[in-house]
Amino acid sequence: MTTEMPLWEVFIRGQHGMSHRHVGSLHAADAETALLNARDVYTRRNEGVSIWVVPAAQITASSPSEKGPYFEPANDKVYRHPTFFDIPDEVGPM
Amino acid sequence: MSDPLFEFLLRQGDNTLILGHRISEWCGIAPAVEEDIALANTALDLIGQTQMWLGLAAEVEGAGRSADDLAFHRDVWDFRNLLLVEQPNGDFGHTIMRQFLFDAFQVPHLTALHNASDDRIAGIAAKSLKEAQYHLERSRETVIALGDGTEESNRRMQAALDRLWPYAGEMFLRDGVDDAMHESGIAADPASLRATWDDTVQTTLGEAMLTIPDSDFAQQGGKSGKRHSEHLGHLLATMQFLPRSYPDARW
Repeated sequence: MTTEMPLWEVFIRGQHGMSHRHVGSLHAADAETALLNARDVYTRRNEGVSIWVVPAAQITASSPSEKGPYFEPANDKVYRHPTFFDIPDEVGPM
Repeated sequence: MSDPLFEFLLRQGDNTLILGHRISEWCGIAPAVEEDIALANTALDLIGQTQMWLGLAAEVEGAGRSADDLAFHRDVWDFRNLLLVEQPNGDFGHTIMRQFLFDAFQVPHLTALHNASDDRIAGIAAKSLKEAQYHLERSRETVIALGDGTEESNRRMQAALDRLWPYAGEMFLRDGVDDAMHESGIAADPASLRATWDDTVQTTLGEAMLTIPDSDFAQQGGKSGKRHSEHLGHLLATMQFLPRSYPDARW
């Protein structure tokens, strides 16, 4: 094939998952076909109860070269981590 | 004629076995990895259905044969599948068109079987129906995408439709086995499924910008086993080679 079909990112919510998680990507001509392909490629072993597909071109990603300015300032600010609270069991997964 | 129930079950299992094997021939060589996996999934669904149909056929026959015996130790004239499903794959569009024409029949057929007076048959139909509904959604969307795609894909899909059309009519032909199944409350009269099939096929092929051939001529001889096409023997030679050459093999 000379022209590659558009790339789609696939997100699946698992049996007991609380949210959709990125599982991989695939090629498809349109959104409906991307959904069908995602069903066949990523849920063959009973992984999911819900699928999202998103055109990869629509995702704006942070640049690896900006990793320092973006993420390192958070490293030494332990007080921002919510580890100083006792969470009651009834709350469930956070 | 042997027991009509046994014949009927062979027809169900042979359709899914032969089509499942045909589709499995694409494994590793489909035009895109997504289609490759999807076709392999469909093949596995069909082989799984075969295990249930031929398992029940063997039980009904009561001659000590297993589903594997029926699949691997019968010859061309013993098979009861439709001529449509034994046709060679051709190009990818041809394979998808064959799949669509079959899926569009299988969904109303299994829907009717779902109410069979025999619980074992109703159970297999209920399980198979969910798979068939997905197969139809997929084959239908792909027929539309390719039919209403480029000039070349449209030409290939029209050629596939023209080539396969004479094999569609056999699905709706009725014989003594069908009459017996209809009378005992197991299956619908196949002719009664035609209207639903026509509706699905006309809508889909219309959206796919394809022209339905103006002919009712139907090739026949598959489901009765009287006259299979020359392709079935070659398929069986490949499919049955291992268990026939190594009868004690386990896998």
